[in-house]
Amino acid sequence: MSEALIAEPKQAAGEVVLEARDLERHYEIGRSGLFAQAATVKALRGASFSLRAGETLAVVGESGCGKSTLARLVTMIEEPTAGSLKIDGIDVATATAAERRQLRRAVQIVFQDPYGSLNPRQKVGTMLEEPLKINTSDDAATRRRKAMEMLERVGLRREHYERYPHMFSGGQRQRIAIARALMLRPRILVLDEPVSALDVSIQAQVLNILAKLQEEFGLAYLFISHDLSVVKHVADQVMVMYLGRPVEEGPREEIFENPRHPYTRALLSATPVADPNRRRERIQLKGELPSPISPPSGCSFHPRCPLCFEPCPVDRPELLPHGRARVACHAVTD
Amino acid sequence: MSLLDIRNLTVEFRTAQGPFRAVDGVDLVVDQGEILSIVGESGSGKSVAMLATMGLLPWTATVTADRMAFDGHDLLTMSRRERRRIVGRDMAMIFQEPMTSLNPCFTVGFQIKETLRYHLGLDRKAAHERAVELMRQVGIPEPERRLSAFPHQMSGGMSQRCMIAMALACKPKLLIADEPTTALDVTIQAQILDLLVGLQRDSGMGLVLITHDMGVVAETAERVVVQYAGQQVEQQDVKALFEDPHHPYTAALLAALPERATSKELPSIPGVVPGQGDRPTGCLFNPRCRFATDHCRKVVPPHASSEMGRALCHYPLRHGVPTGHPAHMEAAS
Repeated sequence: MSEALIAEPKQAAGEVVLEARDLERHYEIGRSGLFAQAATVKALRGASFSLRAGETLAVVGESGCGKSTLARLVTMIEEPTAGSLKIDGIDVATATAAERRQLRRAVQIVFQDPYGSLNPRQKVGTMLEEPLKINTSDDAATRRRKAMEMLERVGLRREHYERYPHMFSGGQRQRIAIARALMLRPRILVLDEPVSALDVSIQAQVLNILAKLQEEFGLAYLFISHDLSVVKHVADQVMVMYLGRPVEEGPREEIFENPRHPYTRALLSATPVADPNRRRERIQLKGELPSPISPPSGCSFHPRCPLCFEPCPVDRPELLPHGRARVACHAVTD
Repeated sequence: MSLLDIRNLTVEFRTAQGPFRAVDGVDLVVDQGEILSIVGESGSGKSVAMLATMGLLPWTATVTADRMAFDGHDLLTMSRRERRRIVGRDMAMIFQEPMTSLNPCFTVGFQIKETLRYHLGLDRKAAHERAVELMRQVGIPEPERRLSAFPHQMSGGMSQRCMIAMALACKPKLLIADEPTTALDVTIQAQILDLLVGLQRDSGMGLVLITHDMGVVAETAERVVVQYAGQQVEQQDVKALFEDPHHPYTAALLAALPERATSKELPSIPGVVPGQGDRPTGCLFNPRCRFATDHCRKVVPPHASSEMGRALCHYPLRHGVPTGHPAHMEAAS
């Protein structure tokens, strides 16, 4: 099991590499007074999904929906409060220390802000070699060669090896971050809003590189984003989340062409479309996102939902199959 | 007479590496009741041009213009004291980061009432009543209670509504919104944009919307100015711009949008926006332009005619074909 994880860059497509069942993560937050009860934020309240090699699963939602918490669980930065997470068939909760080390190499992450995620005092080369130094027994020459190769793979030049991050633009920095994540030849790449800090012309460059690398390495992407036009372009599967729970999930075409959950519909209609002839009537959502500290009862979306009726404030809807998608809503019947 | 009339605006910053031209020969006209959108990537000088108009730039900046008039006042010759009377009253601005543009030490109510007291000379009671009215106008529930809230007690959307209330306090003739929704979630963005457009329609003020989001432009603006590296490269009505962009940069920018893509591979623009040290000669876009010729690399292009969107290009595009371009001339003849 151990070496096979990383030795082969190209892997069988379609094989399930990540499986999550009812993942939950709660945080205790500071009490407001000496004798006050500590409050619990349920950042993630039961997410189930699976991810296949060579596929992109996009997680969509607004702030507080739990998408970044999900990223922290998948990358094993934090442990789930409840539920199970299987990476490459190994349950993270019961894995031995050696297995966990292997799994950590199999999952890597690229963060949103390329200005904050690179150490300004490290040369690009040092940065790329660090994961190899820690995780492999490669000698200095091999590490250097691997780093150089990776630079070219992400569309940078070999001479960039000796440079510091401040000498690069945002798009180039994001390429460095991607290169660093790929040094250990992971199977899963978690992309946490990888292009939202970039300008449109640069965004296109980075998206193209991500697509090319996915093809080359057979990578599975967990693509976290709030930008639906980007998601529509990159995703195979889409999961829409609201306050810690998936409300709708399914293949991309199904979600974009036939959205069923009222929140998905509102999200789609709120996204500005770059076509002045298609100024549509927006589905206006009332009010703000509720605080995850005290989510509304029943269906968390009911206070803002235009379709809300009797069972919604009382009964939490389960994620049930509708067509090719799964939707958690009482009002959806087809 | 136009509300805001700017001709040949140039802003230079003094930096340790010598002067840096952030805005280069920009012309802008905004009429009453109009929504003008300025689009461009970071470093295109769109915010700096508007900050220069408001007089909010630091001392390192040198602002020059042939003409800079607002509502009959000449902003170039006006004293600071006179300008202070206009800024915040007739001309107001909303900034990108609602969470950081409010003062954390004072309640929202105090900050809104400050404007009212300073510019309109309202007494406590009148200022309070007007503040409540404003909060209601921008859709804040329980305005009375919210007035005594501190900025950290409010969400991003709420803070931005307060900023809008503050900007609208003195019924400005011109509202400049600098990326007002960039820091907000999509559903909140939709609410804020609808609010801004609604308020603009009701009051008939001019609205300048600075953004990098082509989707926001398409849904709200009437007229669009495209900026690149401090220069104004194109100016058109919104529908015409999206149908037939005349500058290669605009065309490439629109083509790079994922939602307009026809294939998995996005048509990206190679390279990056030139910075202070690597400004090319001739046309500033030439290293990234797929139509660039030697002529483009040597000679600074003129503005094309207004039916060609005043495109800053030697070979402005018509339906995607560069007019007068040597390679395309042969193909045509």
